[in-house]
Amino acid sequence: MSTASVPLPNWITYGLMPFLNLVVAFLISGVVVWFIGESPLDAVTLLLQGALGNGEGIGFTLYYATNFIFTGLSVAVAYHAGLFNIGSEGQAYVGGLGAALASLALDHYVPWYVTMPFAVAGAAIFGAAWALIPAWLQAKRGSHIVITTIMFNFIGAAMMVYLLVHVLIVPGKMAPETRVFLEGGQLPKLDWLIAMFGGKLGPAPFNVSFLIALFMCVVVWVLIWRTKLGYEIRTLGASPTAAIYAGIPYVKTVIITMLISGGLAGMMALNPVLGASARLQVEFVGGAGFVGIAVSLMGRSHPLGIVLAAILFGVLYQGGDALSFDMPKITRDMIVVIQGLVILFAGALEYLFRPAIVRVWQRFGKA
Amino acid sequence: MENLDLISILGSTIRLSIPLIFTALAGLFTERAGVFDIGLEGKMLFSAFAAAVAAFMTGSPWLGLLAGITVSVLISLIHGFASITNRGNQIVSGVAINFLASGLTAVLGQAWFSQGGRTPPLAASARFTEIVFPYAAELRDTGFLGRFYANIISGHNILTYLAFLAVPASWWVLYRTRFGLRLRAVGENPGAVDTAGISVTFLRYRATICAGILCGCAGTYLSIAQSAGFVKDMSAGKGYIALAALIFAKWRPVPVMLACLLFGFLDAFANFMQGKSVPGIGEVPVQIFQALPYVLTCVLLAGFIGVARPPKAGGVPYVKER
Repeated sequence: MSTASVPLPNWITYGLMPFLNLVVAFLISGVVVWFIGESPLDAVTLLLQGALGNGEGIGFTLYYATNFIFTGLSVAVAYHAGLFNIGSEGQAYVGGLGAALASLALDHYVPWYVTMPFAVAGAAIFGAAWALIPAWLQAKRGSHIVITTIMFNFIGAAMMVYLLVHVLIVPGKMAPETRVFLEGGQLPKLDWLIAMFGGKLGPAPFNVSFLIALFMCVVVWVLIWRTKLGYEIRTLGASPTAAIYAGIPYVKTVIITMLISGGLAGMMALNPVLGASARLQVEFVGGAGFVGIAVSLMGRSHPLGIVLAAILFGVLYQGGDALSFDMPKITRDMIVVIQGLVILFAGALEYLFRPAIVRVWQRFGKA
Repeated sequence: MENLDLISILGSTIRLSIPLIFTALAGLFTERAGVFDIGLEGKMLFSAFAAAVAAFMTGSPWLGLLAGITVSVLISLIHGFASITNRGNQIVSGVAINFLASGLTAVLGQAWFSQGGRTPPLAASARFTEIVFPYAAELRDTGFLGRFYANIISGHNILTYLAFLAVPASWWVLYRTRFGLRLRAVGENPGAVDTAGISVTFLRYRATICAGILCGCAGTYLSIAQSAGFVKDMSAGKGYIALAALIFAKWRPVPVMLACLLFGFLDAFANFMQGKSVPGIGEVPVQIFQALPYVLTCVLLAGFIGVARPPKAGGVPYVKER
């Protein structure tokens, strides 16, 4: 097996291979659907109709995609530095606290566009703060960041439940959530954007966070490929020893990278907390942090790829909802299965077809 | 009344520690061989589901155990295929397994039994039930030692005793057999093992199979010993607590058991403290106990309680040729 070192053209590495992996993941998902006694073709049709068939479906799809863009960017920035941030889930959860505090403090007094920068800053600062200790432990103490960020997911979850049950809860209410924000603490919906394409948004919570997410994609692209810090981050990811030899400060770069990563994860909270439910709820992140891992992998850690992968997962989420409504035998958990398969084939088994492709390429492609 | 509380807390400590012990020992085998295993949680969940389904279909807990172990080993082999043969990212593979477990068990459970992802409740004969030691009933009322014998030593199911046997057995395999020596070597310096003419790939596969067997026991314990059937997402983060215990024990078998007992005790104590207030402090929030295992592990990792040094080659796929 000496195929690992054979160079392949970019269109194969970034186009054909991810595509083949996705196809296999979806084929196996189809087998699962067939196995429980439903038609895979009908399922795909229902899924696509539910996700993209009308303005409301598209609104929901893009709403979910917004979450995944933020968490995908978060994982990607850390990944460029060779750090595996598996804690986006917890950083987003704690980021929700920062966003909610900004809204709770300001929504009585000012319109939403004044609250927004404070909420964005609050979410980013709280999310970054939650990444700080794992980052410091990695940089100074050499503790593996994967382990510490997993631990911090659980510590964060316990802390947030405590705060919601004992501190932020509305007195006299049973549900562990904050009060509903007034209009000054909410992010408005983007119904005009859907209307431009002749659709109707309806009750879908597609909101301004989507534009913030796209803006952050540009920011991340500039940061990683057009700044000195980005160069240092990528160098560190390519070879830590070379980076240190070249005079790049290891501790500082690791901590700053993780703060940016945590901040991006924290900003994900804007979408569900300020944009959709207008209050802080228990477990509002709902696994989006882990989906971010898949999104970042599939998007090859590039903002453009991340947007596309996030929309794909948005389609799966919204389409899966619609599917479970029409096919009672297929529950919403089917989305989790498909995600698992996509992560397995597009992530862990990404080189599965490489040897075969290399052989075909060597025989026919080089001509 | 103090004694009564202590005995019942210790009893539930043991019950809550068993899945942690099995799972942490599973992690011990893979991580000592240089393969990170975030998918412990998923393997536990898969085997819990398989054990419950098989026990329900056949009415035999032993066939349930067999099914649990088989499925868990198969999942381990997928992890091995991705991370050993294909040199994929071991953490990503583990995350994928956790997603698959959570989704697939719920989908199949709903499709087969239509009870919201649960399996139908098991009859007592299809479960591993409590084994009562001789004279336990007579000694129950004879003071502290008698109650200790009746509630702590006696009165557990077979898997509980198996878990405590698995600890010295794992120690023996890892530290007193040739396989164990090679396994530990492959986690530290696979190149040296390869140079000695031993297959790194085969060794790592065998380590993941050992982990599969142990995770299978953990899952089976959850669904057909501790409870009477599978409930959606019933592993509830235990795989991660076991991972924390493994690190807390610095990747050594006997400390693994002690760490699992400690974390099980925290869990049992939190249940006991729920709704009770401590004099002078008031009610202690249950979330503190839930977060404590993770906080302790992070403090340990920070190097404040000794140094936790992971196996050197952990997480790095082995590439034979240069």
